[in-house]
Amino acid sequence: MFVKQISVFIENTPGRLADFTKVLADHQIDLVSLSIADTTNFGILRGIVADYEEAVRVLSENGYTVKLTDVLAVCVPDHPGGLHSILTRLAEKNIALEYLYSFVRNTGDSALIIIRVDRPEEAANVLKSAGVKLLSQKEIQAL
Amino acid sequence: MEHKIWNPTMECMPRDQLRALQNERLRDVVRRVYENVPFYRNKMQKMGVTPTDIHGVEDIEKLPFTEKQDLRDHYPFGLFAVPQSEIIRIHASSGTTGKPTVVGYTSGDIDRWSELMARAMYSADIGKNDIVQVAYGYGLFTGGLGAHYGAERVGASVIPISGGNTTRQLMILQDFGTTAICCTPSYALNLAEAMQAEGITNTKLKSGVFGAEPWTEAMRQKIESMLHIDAINIYGLSEVMGPGVAVECMCKKGMHIWEDHFLPEVIGGDGQSLPYGEQGDLTFTTLTKHGMPLLRYRTHDLCTLTDEPCECGRTHVRMGRVMGRTDDMLIIRGVNVFPSQIEHALLQVEGIVPQYQIVVDRQGTLDTMEVQVELAPEFMSDTVRGMEALEQKIVNSIAAHALVHASVKLCQPGSLPRSEGKAKRVIDRRTL
Repeated sequence: MFVKQISVFIENTPGRLADFTKVLADHQIDLVSLSIADTTNFGILRGIVADYEEAVRVLSENGYTVKLTDVLAVCVPDHPGGLHSILTRLAEKNIALEYLYSFVRNTGDSALIIIRVDRPEEAANVLKSAGVKLLSQKEIQAL
Repeated sequence: MEHKIWNPTMECMPRDQLRALQNERLRDVVRRVYENVPFYRNKMQKMGVTPTDIHGVEDIEKLPFTEKQDLRDHYPFGLFAVPQSEIIRIHASSGTTGKPTVVGYTSGDIDRWSELMARAMYSADIGKNDIVQVAYGYGLFTGGLGAHYGAERVGASVIPISGGNTTRQLMILQDFGTTAICCTPSYALNLAEAMQAEGITNTKLKSGVFGAEPWTEAMRQKIESMLHIDAINIYGLSEVMGPGVAVECMCKKGMHIWEDHFLPEVIGGDGQSLPYGEQGDLTFTTLTKHGMPLLRYRTHDLCTLTDEPCECGRTHVRMGRVMGRTDDMLIIRGVNVFPSQIEHALLQVEGIVPQYQIVVDRQGTLDTMEVQVELAPEFMSDTVRGMEALEQKIVNSIAAHALVHASVKLCQPGSLPRSEGKAKRVIDRRTL
Protein backbone atom coordinates (compact mmCIF):
# COMPACT_ATOMS: atom_id res chain seq x y z
CA MET A 1 0.00 0.00 0.00
CA PHE A 2 2.90 2.34 0.77
CA VAL A 3 6.10 3.06 -1.03
CA LYS A 4 9.37 3.76 0.77
CA GLN A 5 10.89 7.13 0.05
CA ILE A 6 14.47 7.98 0.93
CA SER A 7 15.13 11.47 2.36
CA VAL A 8 18.72 12.69 2.36
CA PHE A 9 20.14 15.73 4.16
CA ILE A 10 22.28 17.80 1.82
CA GLU A 11 24.06 21.01 2.78
CA ASN A 12 23.18 23.98 0.60
CA THR A 13 26.68 24.75 -0.67
CA PRO A 14 28.01 24.46 -4.23
CA GLY A 15 28.97 20.92 -5.26
CA ARG A 16 27.13 19.03 -2.51
CA LEU A 17 24.44 17.72 -4.83
CA ALA A 18 27.03 16.59 -7.36
CA ASP A 19 28.85 14.71 -4.58
CA PHE A 20 25.60 12.93 -3.88
CA THR A 21 24.78 12.03 -7.48
CA LYS A 22 28.33 10.70 -7.89
CA VAL A 23 27.66 8.16 -5.12
CA LEU A 24 24.48 7.11 -6.92
CA ALA A 25 26.29 6.81 -10.24
CA ASP A 26 29.20 4.86 -8.77
CA HIS A 27 26.78 2.33 -7.30
CA GLN A 28 24.37 2.18 -10.23
CA ILE A 29 21.45 3.45 -8.16
CA ASP A 30 18.55 4.69 -10.26
CA LEU A 31 16.40 7.53 -8.94
CA VAL A 32 12.98 6.97 -10.45
CA SER A 33 11.54 10.07 -8.85
CA LEU A 34 13.06 13.10 -7.18
CA SER A 35 12.24 16.32 -5.39
CA ILE A 36 14.30 18.73 -3.29
CA ALA A 37 13.01 21.02 -0.56
CA ASP A 38 15.54 23.76 0.03
CA THR A 39 16.22 26.28 2.78
CA THR A 40 19.06 28.78 3.08
CA ASN A 41 21.37 26.33 4.79
CA PHE A 42 20.30 22.88 3.66
CA GLY A 43 18.14 20.85 1.32
CA ILE A 44 16.17 17.69 1.88
CA LEU A 45 16.42 15.48 -1.18
CA ARG A 46 13.52 13.08 -1.46
CA GLY A 47 13.44 10.28 -3.94
CA ILE A 48 12.13 6.88 -4.88
CA VAL A 49 14.61 4.19 -5.84
CA ALA A 50 14.07 0.61 -6.97
CA ASP A 51 16.05 -0.94 -4.09
CA TYR A 52 15.76 1.35 -1.11
CA GLU A 53 17.60 -0.96 1.30
CA GLU A 54 20.66 -0.96 -0.95
CA ALA A 55 20.38 2.82 -1.36
CA VAL A 56 20.25 3.39 2.41
CA ARG A 57 23.24 1.10 2.93
CA VAL A 58 25.37 2.78 0.24
CA LEU A 59 24.45 6.33 1.27
CA SER A 60 25.01 5.68 4.98
CA GLU A 61 28.40 4.15 4.22
CA ASN A 62 29.25 7.33 2.35
CA GLY A 63 28.37 9.48 5.36
CA TYR A 64 24.89 10.66 4.40
CA THR A 65 22.05 11.04 6.83
CA VAL A 66 19.16 9.09 5.31
CA LYS A 67 15.63 8.54 6.51
CA LEU A 68 12.94 6.24 5.12
CA THR A 69 9.38 7.50 4.97
CA ASP A 70 6.14 5.82 3.89
CA VAL A 71 4.53 7.74 1.04
CA LEU A 72 1.67 7.06 -1.36
CA ALA A 73 2.36 6.49 -5.05
CA VAL A 74 -0.91 7.55 -6.59
CA CYS A 75 -2.06 6.99 -10.17
CA VAL A 76 -3.67 10.21 -11.26
CA PRO A 77 -5.86 10.50 -14.38
CA ASP A 78 -3.66 12.37 -16.85
CA HIS A 79 -6.13 15.10 -17.78
CA PRO A 80 -7.16 18.50 -16.37
CA GLY A 81 -8.85 18.09 -13.00
CA GLY A 82 -7.22 14.70 -12.42
CA LEU A 83 -5.09 15.80 -9.47
CA HIS A 84 -7.91 17.94 -8.14
CA SER A 85 -10.24 14.96 -7.85
CA ILE A 86 -7.72 13.15 -5.67
CA LEU A 87 -6.77 16.05 -3.45
CA THR A 88 -10.45 16.79 -2.86
CA ARG A 89 -10.86 13.32 -1.35
CA LEU A 90 -8.07 13.98 1.12
CA ALA A 91 -9.27 17.49 1.93
CA GLU A 92 -12.76 16.19 2.71
CA LYS A 93 -11.25 14.02 5.42
CA ASN A 94 -9.06 16.84 6.66
CA ILE A 95 -5.90 14.91 5.86
CA ALA A 96 -2.93 17.27 5.69
CA LEU A 97 -0.51 17.12 2.78
CA GLU A 98 3.09 17.51 3.82
CA TYR A 99 4.32 17.63 0.23
CA LEU A 100 3.86 16.01 -3.14
CA TYR A 101 5.85 15.67 -6.32
CA SER A 102 5.37 13.98 -9.64
CA PHE A 103 7.00 10.91 -10.96
CA VAL A 104 9.50 11.01 -13.78
CA ARG A 105 7.93 7.95 -15.43
CA ASN A 106 4.26 7.26 -15.96
CA THR A 107 2.04 4.23 -16.45
CA GLY A 108 -0.13 4.24 -19.57
CA ASP A 109 -2.66 7.05 -19.41
CA SER A 110 -2.02 7.89 -15.75
CA ALA A 111 0.47 10.28 -14.24
CA LEU A 112 2.15 9.17 -11.02
CA ILE A 113 2.23 11.46 -8.00
CA ILE A 114 4.07 10.85 -4.74
CA ILE A 115 2.10 12.17 -1.80
CA ARG A 116 3.23 12.51 1.80
CA VAL A 117 0.37 13.04 4.27
CA ASP A 118 0.05 13.22 8.03
CA ARG A 119 -2.21 10.12 8.23
CA PRO A 120 -1.02 7.66 5.55
CA GLU A 121 -3.27 4.69 6.49
CA GLU A 122 -6.42 6.74 6.41
CA ALA A 123 -5.40 8.50 3.21
CA ALA A 124 -4.73 5.19 1.48
CA ASN A 125 -8.14 3.84 2.49
CA VAL A 126 -9.91 7.03 1.41
CA LEU A 127 -8.27 6.94 -2.01
CA LYS A 128 -8.75 3.22 -2.54
CA SER A 129 -12.44 3.37 -1.68
CA ALA A 130 -12.74 6.19 -4.22
CA GLY A 131 -11.30 3.89 -6.86
CA VAL A 132 -7.92 5.56 -7.05
CA LYS A 133 -5.05 3.20 -7.85
CA LEU A 134 -2.02 3.19 -5.52
CA LEU A 135 1.20 1.55 -6.63
CA SER A 136 2.95 -0.94 -4.39
CA GLN A 137 6.67 -1.14 -3.75
CA LYS A 138 6.86 -4.11 -6.17
CA GLU A 139 5.12 -2.20 -8.92
CA ILE A 140 7.51 0.70 -8.40
CA GLN A 141 10.45 -1.63 -8.72
CA ALA A 142 9.04 -2.93 -12.00
CA LEU A 143 8.78 0.53 -13.54
CA MET B 1 43.31 68.12 33.88
CA GLU B 2 41.09 68.12 36.94
CA HIS B 3 40.55 64.60 38.27
CA LYS B 4 37.26 63.88 40.00
CA ILE B 5 37.85 61.66 43.02
CA TRP B 6 34.81 60.40 44.94
CA ASN B 7 36.58 59.21 48.09
CA PRO B 8 40.02 60.85 48.25
CA THR B 9 40.79 59.40 51.70
CA MET B 10 40.57 55.86 50.41
CA GLU B 11 41.45 56.31 46.74
CA CYS B 12 44.60 58.35 47.44
CA MET B 13 45.68 56.60 50.65
CA PRO B 14 49.48 56.34 50.91
CA ARG B 15 50.53 52.82 49.97
CA ASP B 16 51.98 51.93 53.38
CA GLN B 17 48.69 52.82 55.05
CA LEU B 18 46.80 50.94 52.34
CA ARG B 19 48.97 47.88 53.01
CA ALA B 20 48.25 48.07 56.74
CA LEU B 21 44.53 48.24 55.99
CA GLN B 22 44.81 45.23 53.66
CA ASN B 23 46.68 43.25 56.32
CA GLU B 24 43.96 43.90 58.84
CA ARG B 25 41.16 43.13 56.39
CA LEU B 26 42.89 39.99 55.10
CA ARG B 27 43.16 38.60 58.65
CA ASP B 28 39.47 39.35 59.11
CA VAL B 29 38.26 37.67 55.92
CA VAL B 30 40.43 34.59 56.49
CA ARG B 31 38.95 34.22 59.96
CA ARG B 32 35.40 34.66 58.61
CA VAL B 33 35.72 32.04 55.85
CA TYR B 34 37.52 29.61 58.18
CA GLU B 35 34.75 29.85 60.72
CA ASN B 36 31.78 29.96 58.36
CA VAL B 37 32.60 28.18 55.10
CA PRO B 38 33.33 24.43 55.42
CA PHE B 39 34.92 24.42 51.94
CA TYR B 40 37.64 26.86 53.05
CA ARG B 41 38.08 25.35 56.51
CA ASN B 42 38.65 21.89 54.96
CA LYS B 43 41.02 23.26 52.35
CA MET B 44 43.06 25.17 54.91
CA GLN B 45 43.15 22.25 57.32
CA LYS B 46 44.43 20.00 54.53
CA MET B 47 47.16 22.56 53.84
CA GLY B 48 47.93 22.82 57.55
CA VAL B 49 47.04 26.53 57.72
CA THR B 50 44.97 28.26 60.39
CA PRO B 51 43.86 31.90 60.49
CA THR B 52 46.58 32.66 63.06
CA ASP B 53 49.22 31.80 60.41
CA ILE B 54 48.02 34.71 58.27
CA HIS B 55 49.51 37.95 59.56
CA GLY B 56 49.13 39.97 56.42
CA VAL B 57 49.53 40.20 52.68
CA GLU B 58 53.00 38.62 52.85
CA ASP B 59 51.30 35.34 53.83
CA ILE B 60 48.89 35.31 50.89
CA GLU B 61 50.61 32.38 49.20
CA LYS B 62 49.81 30.17 52.19
CA LEU B 63 46.13 30.42 51.28
CA PRO B 64 44.30 28.13 48.84
CA PHE B 65 43.15 29.20 45.38
CA THR B 66 39.47 29.21 44.44
CA GLU B 67 38.31 28.14 40.97
CA LYS B 68 34.98 28.65 39.20
CA GLN B 69 34.54 24.89 39.47
CA ASP B 70 34.52 25.24 43.28
CA LEU B 71 31.51 27.55 42.99
CA ARG B 72 29.87 25.00 40.72
CA ASP B 73 30.60 22.19 43.18
CA HIS B 74 28.90 24.12 45.97
CA TYR B 75 25.95 25.29 43.90
CA PRO B 76 23.92 27.24 44.73
CA PHE B 77 24.68 28.66 48.20
CA GLY B 78 27.45 26.40 49.55
CA LEU B 79 30.13 29.11 49.68
CA PHE B 80 27.99 31.72 51.43
CA ALA B 81 29.60 32.80 54.68
CA VAL B 82 26.46 34.15 56.34
CA PRO B 83 23.00 32.69 56.99
CA GLN B 84 20.45 33.20 54.22
CA SER B 85 18.63 35.71 56.44
CA GLU B 86 21.61 38.07 56.01
CA ILE B 87 21.57 37.81 52.19
CA ILE B 88 19.58 40.55 50.48
CA ARG B 89 20.54 40.00 46.82
CA ILE B 90 21.47 37.06 44.62
CA HIS B 91 23.13 37.36 41.23
CA ALA B 92 24.33 34.64 38.87
CA SER B 93 26.55 34.33 35.84
CA SER B 94 27.47 31.62 33.40
CA GLY B 95 28.83 28.46 34.92
CA THR B 96 30.99 26.12 32.93
CA THR B 97 28.12 23.66 32.48
CA GLY B 98 24.37 23.79 32.87
CA LYS B 99 24.23 25.43 36.28
CA PRO B 100 25.08 29.11 36.77
CA THR B 101 27.63 30.52 39.20
CA VAL B 102 25.74 32.09 42.10
CA VAL B 103 26.78 34.98 44.33
CA GLY B 104 25.04 36.43 47.40
CA TYR B 105 25.31 39.91 48.89
CA THR B 106 24.60 41.24 52.36
CA SER B 107 23.23 44.76 52.70
CA GLY B 108 26.78 45.83 53.61
CA ASP B 109 28.07 44.23 50.41
CA ILE B 110 25.54 46.15 48.31
CA ASP B 111 26.54 49.33 50.12
CA ARG B 112 30.25 48.74 49.41
CA TRP B 113 29.54 47.79 45.79
CA SER B 114 27.56 51.01 45.37
CA GLU B 115 30.50 52.97 46.85
CA LEU B 116 32.97 51.37 44.43
CA MET B 117 30.68 51.94 41.45
CA ALA B 118 30.27 55.54 42.64
CA ARG B 119 34.07 55.88 42.50
CA ALA B 120 33.90 54.57 38.92
CA MET B 121 31.11 56.93 37.88
CA TYR B 122 32.75 59.95 39.47
CA SER B 123 36.07 59.04 37.88
CA ALA B 124 34.26 59.17 34.52
CA ASP B 125 33.05 62.69 35.45
CA ILE B 126 29.52 61.55 36.25
CA GLY B 127 27.83 63.35 39.14
CA LYS B 128 24.52 64.70 40.35
CA ASN B 129 24.05 66.92 37.31
CA ASP B 130 24.21 63.98 34.95
CA ILE B 131 21.61 61.78 33.32
CA VAL B 132 22.91 58.23 33.06
CA GLN B 133 21.47 55.70 30.64
CA VAL B 134 22.25 52.23 31.92
CA ALA B 135 22.14 50.01 28.83
CA TYR B 136 23.69 46.98 30.47
CA GLY B 137 21.25 44.13 30.97
CA TYR B 138 19.32 44.19 34.25
CA GLY B 139 18.69 40.89 35.93
CA LEU B 140 20.84 38.06 37.19
CA PHE B 141 23.74 39.66 35.30
CA THR B 142 25.50 42.16 37.59
CA GLY B 143 26.09 44.82 34.90
CA GLY B 144 22.75 46.64 34.99
CA LEU B 145 22.16 46.84 38.74
CA GLY B 146 25.84 47.46 39.48
CA ALA B 147 25.97 50.53 37.26
CA HIS B 148 22.54 51.58 38.51
CA TYR B 149 23.49 51.68 42.19
CA GLY B 150 26.75 53.50 41.47
CA ALA B 151 25.04 56.16 39.38
CA GLU B 152 22.40 56.64 42.06
CA ARG B 153 25.10 56.92 44.73
CA VAL B 154 26.72 59.90 42.98
CA GLY B 155 23.27 61.45 42.69
CA ALA B 156 22.83 61.18 38.93
CA SER B 157 19.42 60.69 37.33
CA VAL B 158 19.43 57.05 36.31
CA ILE B 159 17.57 55.68 33.29
CA PRO B 160 17.36 51.90 33.83
CA ILE B 161 16.65 51.16 30.17
CA SER B 162 18.58 47.84 30.17
CA GLY B 163 20.12 46.34 27.04
CA GLY B 164 18.99 46.09 23.44
CA ASN B 165 16.37 47.89 21.30
CA THR B 166 18.64 50.44 19.65
CA THR B 167 15.80 52.57 18.25
CA ARG B 168 14.37 53.06 21.72
CA GLN B 169 17.83 53.72 23.20
CA LEU B 170 18.39 56.53 20.69
CA MET B 171 14.98 58.09 21.24
CA ILE B 172 15.47 58.21 25.02
CA LEU B 173 19.06 59.37 24.63
CA GLN B 174 17.90 62.39 22.62
CA ASP B 175 14.62 63.13 24.40
CA PHE B 176 15.93 62.82 27.98
CA GLY B 177 19.23 64.55 27.25
CA THR B 178 21.38 61.62 28.40
CA THR B 179 24.89 62.79 29.34
CA ALA B 180 26.49 59.44 30.16
CA ILE B 181 25.94 55.89 29.02
CA CYS B 182 26.94 52.50 30.44
CA CYS B 183 27.07 49.47 28.14
CA THR B 184 29.49 47.10 26.43
CA PRO B 185 31.99 48.86 24.13
CA SER B 186 30.71 46.94 21.11
CA TYR B 187 27.18 48.11 21.85
CA ALA B 188 28.47 51.69 22.20
CA LEU B 189 29.93 51.37 18.70
CA ASN B 190 26.65 49.95 17.49
CA LEU B 191 24.79 52.96 18.93
CA ALA B 192 27.35 55.33 17.42
CA GLU B 193 26.90 53.82 13.98
CA ALA B 194 23.11 53.87 14.30
CA MET B 195 23.30 57.55 15.26
CA GLN B 196 25.49 58.27 12.27
CA ALA B 197 23.04 56.45 9.99
CA GLU B 198 20.13 58.47 11.41
CA GLY B 199 22.05 61.73 11.25
CA ILE B 200 21.83 62.27 15.02
CA THR B 201 24.53 64.74 16.08
CA ASN B 202 23.01 66.97 18.74
CA THR B 203 23.29 64.77 21.83
CA LYS B 204 24.46 65.84 25.28
CA LEU B 205 26.63 62.76 25.78
CA LYS B 206 29.99 63.41 27.42
CA SER B 207 31.00 60.15 29.14
CA GLY B 208 30.69 56.43 28.69
CA VAL B 209 31.58 53.65 31.11
CA PHE B 210 32.21 50.54 29.06
CA GLY B 211 33.09 47.00 30.08
CA ALA B 212 32.04 43.34 30.34
CA GLU B 213 34.08 42.40 27.28
CA PRO B 214 37.61 42.93 25.97
CA TRP B 215 38.26 45.93 23.74
CA THR B 216 41.17 47.86 22.32
CA GLU B 217 42.62 51.37 22.22
CA ALA B 218 41.55 51.55 18.57
CA MET B 219 37.95 50.87 19.60
CA ARG B 220 38.23 53.54 22.30
CA GLN B 221 39.41 56.11 19.78
CA LYS B 222 36.63 55.19 17.39
CA ILE B 223 33.95 55.43 20.10
CA GLU B 224 35.35 58.71 21.44
CA SER B 225 35.58 60.35 18.02
CA MET B 226 32.18 59.16 16.86
CA LEU B 227 30.30 60.02 20.05
CA HIS B 228 32.49 62.95 21.22
CA ILE B 229 32.82 61.49 24.71
CA ASP B 230 35.40 60.18 27.16
CA ALA B 231 35.22 56.38 26.97
CA ILE B 232 36.23 54.82 30.29
CA ASN B 233 37.13 51.17 30.72
CA ILE B 234 35.65 49.31 33.67
CA TYR B 235 36.36 45.81 34.92
CA GLY B 236 34.61 43.36 37.16
CA LEU B 237 33.16 39.91 37.49
CA SER B 238 30.20 38.73 39.47
CA GLU B 239 32.15 36.17 41.51
CA VAL B 240 34.32 38.95 42.94
CA MET B 241 31.53 41.57 43.14
CA GLY B 242 30.36 42.68 39.70
CA PRO B 243 31.41 45.73 37.68
CA GLY B 244 33.58 48.21 39.55
CA VAL B 245 36.36 45.93 40.81
CA ALA B 246 38.62 48.21 38.77
CA VAL B 247 38.07 51.33 36.67
CA GLU B 248 40.11 53.82 34.69
CA CYS B 249 40.69 57.40 35.65
CA MET B 250 40.75 60.16 33.04
CA CYS B 251 44.43 59.36 32.37
CA LYS B 252 43.11 56.24 30.58
CA LYS B 253 46.29 54.34 31.31
CA GLY B 254 45.04 51.22 33.02
CA MET B 255 42.29 50.50 35.54
CA HIS B 256 42.77 51.21 39.25
CA ILE B 257 41.89 48.12 41.29
CA TRP B 258 40.22 49.15 44.55
CA GLU B 259 42.81 47.62 46.82
CA ASP B 260 41.06 48.59 50.03
CA HIS B 261 38.44 45.98 49.05
CA PHE B 262 40.29 43.51 46.80
CA LEU B 263 43.78 42.05 47.02
CA PRO B 264 44.96 41.40 43.45
CA GLU B 265 47.68 38.97 42.41
CA VAL B 266 48.97 37.86 39.05
CA ILE B 267 49.63 34.13 39.01
CA GLY B 268 52.06 32.43 36.65
CA GLY B 269 51.73 29.04 35.00
CA ASP B 270 53.39 27.30 37.95
CA GLY B 271 50.99 28.81 40.50
CA GLN B 272 53.50 31.38 41.77
CA SER B 273 52.46 34.94 42.54
CA LEU B 274 54.30 37.08 39.95
CA PRO B 275 55.86 40.53 40.51
CA TYR B 276 54.27 43.67 39.04
CA GLY B 277 54.81 43.97 35.31
CA GLU B 278 54.63 40.27 34.52
CA GLN B 279 51.65 38.83 32.70
CA GLY B 280 49.59 36.09 34.28
CA ASP B 281 46.21 35.00 35.60
CA LEU B 282 44.54 37.84 37.50
CA THR B 283 43.48 36.58 40.92
CA PHE B 284 41.48 38.32 43.66
CA THR B 285 40.99 37.90 47.36
CA THR B 286 37.91 39.81 48.47
CA LEU B 287 38.78 41.73 51.64
CA THR B 288 35.42 43.17 52.66
CA LYS B 289 32.73 40.94 51.19
CA HIS B 290 30.58 39.21 53.78
CA GLY B 291 27.96 37.30 51.75
CA MET B 292 30.38 35.28 49.69
CA PRO B 293 34.02 36.13 50.38
CA LEU B 294 36.55 34.40 48.13
CA LEU B 295 40.22 33.65 48.69
CA ARG B 296 42.53 33.93 45.68
CA TYR B 297 39.82 33.56 43.05
CA ARG B 298 41.34 32.77 39.66
CA THR B 299 39.63 34.96 37.05
CA HIS B 300 41.57 33.37 34.17
CA ASP B 301 41.88 36.85 32.66
CA LEU B 302 45.43 37.43 31.44
CA CYS B 303 46.87 40.81 32.34
CA THR B 304 49.64 42.74 34.09
CA LEU B 305 49.63 45.02 37.14
CA THR B 306 51.61 48.16 37.81
CA ASP B 307 52.11 50.13 41.02
CA GLU B 308 53.71 53.11 39.29
CA PRO B 309 52.21 56.34 40.59
CA CYS B 310 49.33 57.66 38.49
CA GLU B 311 48.96 61.31 37.53
CA CYS B 312 45.40 61.35 38.84
CA GLY B 313 46.63 61.05 42.43
CA ARG B 314 45.08 57.67 43.16
CA THR B 315 47.50 55.25 44.77
CA HIS B 316 45.77 51.97 43.91
CA VAL B 317 47.54 49.62 41.48
CA ARG B 318 46.44 49.59 37.88
CA MET B 319 45.68 46.57 35.70
CA GLY B 320 46.34 46.68 31.97
CA ARG B 321 43.80 45.62 29.39
CA VAL B 322 42.81 41.98 29.55
CA MET B 323 44.98 40.33 26.89
CA GLY B 324 43.19 37.00 26.74
CA ARG B 325 42.06 34.04 28.73
CA THR B 326 43.89 31.17 30.32
CA ASP B 327 40.87 28.95 29.69
CA ASP B 328 38.45 28.52 26.77
CA MET B 329 35.84 31.07 27.88
CA LEU B 330 34.35 33.24 25.13
CA ILE B 331 32.69 36.60 25.65
CA ILE B 332 29.71 37.06 23.31
CA ARG B 333 28.05 40.49 23.48
CA GLY B 334 29.20 40.78 27.10
CA VAL B 335 27.99 37.31 28.09
CA ASN B 336 30.56 34.77 29.25
CA VAL B 337 30.18 31.52 27.35
CA PHE B 338 32.08 28.29 27.82
CA PRO B 339 32.17 25.69 25.02
CA SER B 340 31.25 23.14 27.70
CA GLN B 341 27.92 24.95 28.14
CA ILE B 342 27.17 24.60 24.45
CA GLU B 343 28.07 20.94 24.69
CA HIS B 344 25.73 20.57 27.63
CA ALA B 345 22.93 22.29 25.68
CA LEU B 346 23.40 19.90 22.75
CA LEU B 347 23.42 16.95 25.11
CA GLN B 348 20.04 18.06 26.45
CA VAL B 349 18.52 18.03 22.97
CA GLU B 350 20.09 14.97 21.43
CA GLY B 351 20.95 12.75 24.39
CA ILE B 352 24.50 12.50 23.10
CA VAL B 353 27.02 15.16 22.13
CA PRO B 354 27.23 15.36 18.34
CA GLN B 355 30.21 16.72 16.46
CA TYR B 356 29.90 20.48 16.65
CA GLN B 357 31.81 23.65 16.04
CA ILE B 358 31.33 27.14 17.44
CA VAL B 359 32.05 29.95 14.98
CA VAL B 360 32.31 33.39 16.56
CA ASP B 361 32.43 36.46 14.38
CA ARG B 362 31.72 40.16 14.57
CA GLN B 363 29.27 41.50 12.02
CA GLY B 364 29.52 45.25 12.00
CA THR B 365 29.99 45.96 15.68
CA LEU B 366 28.12 43.06 17.25
CA ASP B 367 29.32 39.56 18.05
CA THR B 368 27.65 36.63 16.39
CA MET B 369 27.86 33.00 17.39
CA GLU B 370 26.94 30.16 15.07
CA VAL B 371 26.85 26.62 16.35
CA GLN B 372 27.34 24.13 13.55
CA VAL B 373 26.03 20.70 14.41
CA GLU B 374 26.45 17.51 12.45
CA LEU B 375 23.06 15.90 11.95
CA ALA B 376 22.63 12.46 13.49
CA PRO B 377 20.44 10.00 11.50
CA GLU B 378 17.85 9.66 14.26
CA PHE B 379 17.12 13.40 14.06
CA MET B 380 16.69 13.47 10.29
CA SER B 381 13.25 14.49 9.15
CA ASP B 382 11.86 14.33 5.64
CA THR B 383 10.15 17.71 6.11
CA VAL B 384 11.65 21.20 6.28
CA ARG B 385 9.33 21.87 9.19
CA GLY B 386 10.82 18.95 11.11
CA MET B 387 14.37 20.09 10.48
CA GLU B 388 13.62 23.68 11.41
CA ALA B 389 11.97 22.48 14.62
CA LEU B 390 15.20 20.65 15.49
CA GLU B 391 17.25 23.80 14.82
CA GLN B 392 14.90 25.85 16.99
CA LYS B 393 15.10 23.27 19.78
CA ILE B 394 18.88 23.58 19.78
CA VAL B 395 18.70 27.40 19.71
CA ASN B 396 16.34 27.31 22.71
CA SER B 397 18.53 24.87 24.62
CA ILE B 398 21.61 27.07 24.10
CA ALA B 399 19.66 30.14 25.22
CA ALA B 400 18.53 28.29 28.34
CA HIS B 401 21.89 26.80 29.29
CA ALA B 402 24.39 29.39 28.05
CA LEU B 403 22.17 32.51 28.32
CA VAL B 404 23.17 33.61 24.84
CA HIS B 405 21.49 33.64 21.45
CA ALA B 406 23.29 31.51 18.90
CA SER B 407 22.23 30.67 15.38
CA VAL B 408 22.32 26.96 14.62
CA LYS B 409 23.40 25.40 11.36
CA LEU B 410 22.86 21.70 10.73
CA CYS B 411 25.66 20.05 8.75
CA GLN B 412 26.24 16.77 6.99
CA PRO B 413 27.96 14.14 9.12
CA GLY B 414 31.71 14.20 8.63
CA SER B 415 31.66 17.71 7.17
CA LEU B 416 33.16 19.57 10.16
CA PRO B 417 36.96 19.70 10.06
CA ARG B 418 38.64 17.34 12.50
CA SER B 419 42.09 17.12 13.88
CA GLU B 420 43.03 13.79 15.43
CA GLY B 421 39.43 12.65 15.16
CA LYS B 422 38.01 15.50 17.23
CA ALA B 423 36.42 18.54 15.65
CA LYS B 424 38.10 21.86 16.38
CA ARG B 425 35.54 23.28 18.77
CA VAL B 426 35.91 27.03 18.48
CA ILE B 427 36.75 29.30 15.58
CA ASP B 428 36.93 32.93 16.64
CA ARG B 429 37.13 35.21 13.62
CA ARG B 430 36.75 38.46 15.55
CA THR B 431 39.33 41.14 15.23
CA LEU B 432 38.70 43.89 17.76
